[in-house]
Amino acid sequence: MVNSGTGLSIVTDPSVVSASGRGVIGESVRRPDGTPKVQGRFAFSSDLWAEGMLWGATVRSPHPSARIRSIDLSGAWQIPGVRAVVTYDDVPGNKMFGLEHADQPVFAHDVVRFHGEPIAAVAADHPDTARRAMEAIVVDYEILTPLVDPEIAIAEGTPPIHPDGNLFRRLVIRRGDMSVSGDVVVEGTYEVGMQDQAPLGTESGLAVPDDDGGIDLWISTQWLHADQAQVAASLALPEAKVRLHLAGVGGAFGAREDCSLQIHICLLALQTGRPVKMVYSREESFFGHVHRHPARMWYRHHATRDGRIVKVEGRFVFDGGAYASTSSAVLANATCFSTGPYKVPAVDLLGLAARTNNLPCGAMRGFGAVQTCFGHEAQMDKLATTLGIDPIELRLLNAMQTGDSCITGQIVTGALPVEEVIRSCAEAPMPVLAEPVDSPMMALPGGAGRTADAAGVKRGVGFALGWKNLMFSEGFDDFSTASCHLLDGVATVKSACAEVGQGFVTLAQQIARTVLGVDDVILAPADTHIGSAGSTSASRQTWMSGGAIELACRTVRQKLLSHVGAAFGVSVDDLDIVDRRIVSRHSAKPVIDLDVADAAPGVAFSAVEEHHHAPTFRLDENGQGNAHVSFAVAAHRAVVDVDVELGLVRVVEITTSMDVGKVLNPLQLLGQVEGGTAQGIGLAVMEEILLTAGKVRNPSFTDYLIPTALDMPPVNVAQLVEVPEPGAPFGAKGAGESPTISSTPAVVAAIRNATGRELPRTPVRPHDIAL
Amino acid sequence: MSEYCAYTLRVNGRDREVSDGWLGESLLWVLRERLDLPGAKNACEQGECGSCSVLVDGSLVCACLVLAASAVGRDIVTVEGIAGAIDGSDAVLSDVQEAFLTEGAVQCGFCTPGLIMAVHDLLDRVPLPTDLEVREAISGNLCRCTGYGRIMEAVWTTVRLRQVGGQAR
Repeated sequence: MVNSGTGLSIVTDPSVVSASGRGVIGESVRRPDGTPKVQGRFAFSSDLWAEGMLWGATVRSPHPSARIRSIDLSGAWQIPGVRAVVTYDDVPGNKMFGLEHADQPVFAHDVVRFHGEPIAAVAADHPDTARRAMEAIVVDYEILTPLVDPEIAIAEGTPPIHPDGNLFRRLVIRRGDMSVSGDVVVEGTYEVGMQDQAPLGTESGLAVPDDDGGIDLWISTQWLHADQAQVAASLALPEAKVRLHLAGVGGAFGAREDCSLQIHICLLALQTGRPVKMVYSREESFFGHVHRHPARMWYRHHATRDGRIVKVEGRFVFDGGAYASTSSAVLANATCFSTGPYKVPAVDLLGLAARTNNLPCGAMRGFGAVQTCFGHEAQMDKLATTLGIDPIELRLLNAMQTGDSCITGQIVTGALPVEEVIRSCAEAPMPVLAEPVDSPMMALPGGAGRTADAAGVKRGVGFALGWKNLMFSEGFDDFSTASCHLLDGVATVKSACAEVGQGFVTLAQQIARTVLGVDDVILAPADTHIGSAGSTSASRQTWMSGGAIELACRTVRQKLLSHVGAAFGVSVDDLDIVDRRIVSRHSAKPVIDLDVADAAPGVAFSAVEEHHHAPTFRLDENGQGNAHVSFAVAAHRAVVDVDVELGLVRVVEITTSMDVGKVLNPLQLLGQVEGGTAQGIGLAVMEEILLTAGKVRNPSFTDYLIPTALDMPPVNVAQLVEVPEPGAPFGAKGAGESPTISSTPAVVAAIRNATGRELPRTPVRPHDIAL
Repeated sequence: MSEYCAYTLRVNGRDREVSDGWLGESLLWVLRERLDLPGAKNACEQGECGSCSVLVDGSLVCACLVLAASAVGRDIVTVEGIAGAIDGSDAVLSDVQEAFLTEGAVQCGFCTPGLIMAVHDLLDRVPLPTDLEVREAISGNLCRCTGYGRIMEAVWTTVRLRQVGGQAR
């Protein structure tokens, strides 16, 4: 029923195997969705269509803080072609939603708390009709002074702007002898601006009402089941009647972990009894999802004369914006990882996440670790300068390793090759780079039309190290579910894991081929007809849903081998699958050597399995506890050219090393490394959502700049450090976020090196350098 | 004059009727919503991202910035027709499309159709571009997933294969 009319497909090509090899773990297997994507046939959520479909649009507040006196919908109803208008009053169930805390109204009704907050939604025959209707709705606002400073928001005596108060979380981490002082003390305050995920596909979806009173929603999301629970609660429907299907996702990076239009279009579809599609414009997308938290971070590092860190003090204030989203978890990450992968015997740290009238903030690639990495790496460089020690040597001297304690008291039991990551990146040969004076104009800072004088361009080099947890933390069991069905050598695997571009679909096939010895692996559509896969975030899906698929395939493998064993009178323990064949182990008789595809004609084997990682625990009142599952480390070394007079920067080269456990698909991993590094470079030199008194000034790709091919240097991968991670499927660590964390501080360190400026804030703007 | 009219567009070598089209509709909208050709993507609809890139009379344009009715009488090629449009063959994939797959240039894929068109346009004009020429040529096509490394590699693979094979496919 739902398609674009020409056989657009979401899941295709059951078995696209690389030219050489079987398409198993370790090979650069091609994406199964690659062919339709290059042909323009892949069905993104914005490409969907259904018979009788209406178009939805959202009325948004132009004010960051206001009281709504009245909403007059009559103008919209007078426009021919308008079929539904819904507001807060039309929400039949839970009028509040939220990923961790339901503190956000589906539509604002009494007060508006951020610029762009939804007020109403309309459905009409044509999107332009819907837009006209939107403009015909009259909202009478009493404009209030927005609360935009997070420090003021949480200060004693500031009136709350929400019944839940202005403090999302206060997290203390205290450990060791806090009275200790270092021979050397360095202090600094650092800031990170608000970054946008800017996935190329904007928010979009198609809701189709069913005769049973339920609804089917095709949606681009990171977590089908979290959306399902929130939509069902707001529609007052049982979850079984709210069926979500993953539509093609045009990138995510955290922007799709929270609900945006999900509840709105389902309401419109149920009101009209017709399918409703909604596609956000780019401008609307900037208002329609959460962003990376702006942060202000104070640090004081204490060290011995020979460079050993003895204590770190810190206070980190994260601006969560109007609603909670994942602020609490972001703050926990930021604070837990705030001192870097270094041995720190004593800490006195305070993390605060505040509610303001700025845009809501939540998940973005790196999730809290990005902000504090910018701070701790600036501090490490400052400490090195103060001590007169080489900054790489200082990092090596303090590097953690397996068996060391985190500042939360958690002993790292898995792989933590910090020293290898630092050395391989820092010691990588510097590529031969053209000098600025020998470079074409386009390759100078500022590029075409913004003429830098090559003679005045200064080159700098910087280094940074970062780390982060993999999977969810603090006691949350973010399990994943998968099924496997095997018949005549064709495996069908299913998971609700959201493929957002990262290539889980490829890995799922590789895992099934590796475990089962089959060639053909069909991926069943991702939807809520199977148990949750958890979120595509926190670098977790290869481990969690990859692990679930591995478990399901192993159960099926065992069933297949039992069947063959019974037929031949051989114990299942004497059978193995090698490549595509079932063979008896060396001592077993009779000798069995069967093709997996022919081993059990017409007999089907199935399994559904859940994969859970090792349990984690809440942090206590001193921020102590085994809160995290696993950790990953990465380093970047950046080279920049800076026109110091104009304040223009060009990143010339960037080298990286990463702790990956095991490489499962070299080509896809490289894509994560390069793409993640690009987002970190963006945060270093160009990307920031600008707010003035809570109002967004640059909600477009004209004014919010992300790196183009001219901004992005080649990424030189010095080393992918492979130390298998215990407990991880195939020993692989998640690799989605690590490249984004240390790239930003490395680039800013390089700019400091070139300019001698302190540059305590990222992104670095021209006036930070030139004025 | 009515705001609505019927007209014919020539897309991927075929005449396509647009009936009852509103004159304010962009070529991108008409391709996607009226002609069932959703390959050109809608990431910004203001000419900044390049994901709606198509060829109009051989020129690379953002379909979001072209009024559909103004493209009457022009020869329009979209990503859906690029493989066949090169030499009229019934090839499923063009060499650029094939190289994007081989080199891992596709992640979420939203920018991919526009980049395929931009790379075809570049290599048809400049068979042996420099690194900077390639970067400039695709700098109007934003990609948020890849950091462009594998896309650059796909361009070099295409250049190499065209040199060996002697012609585009």
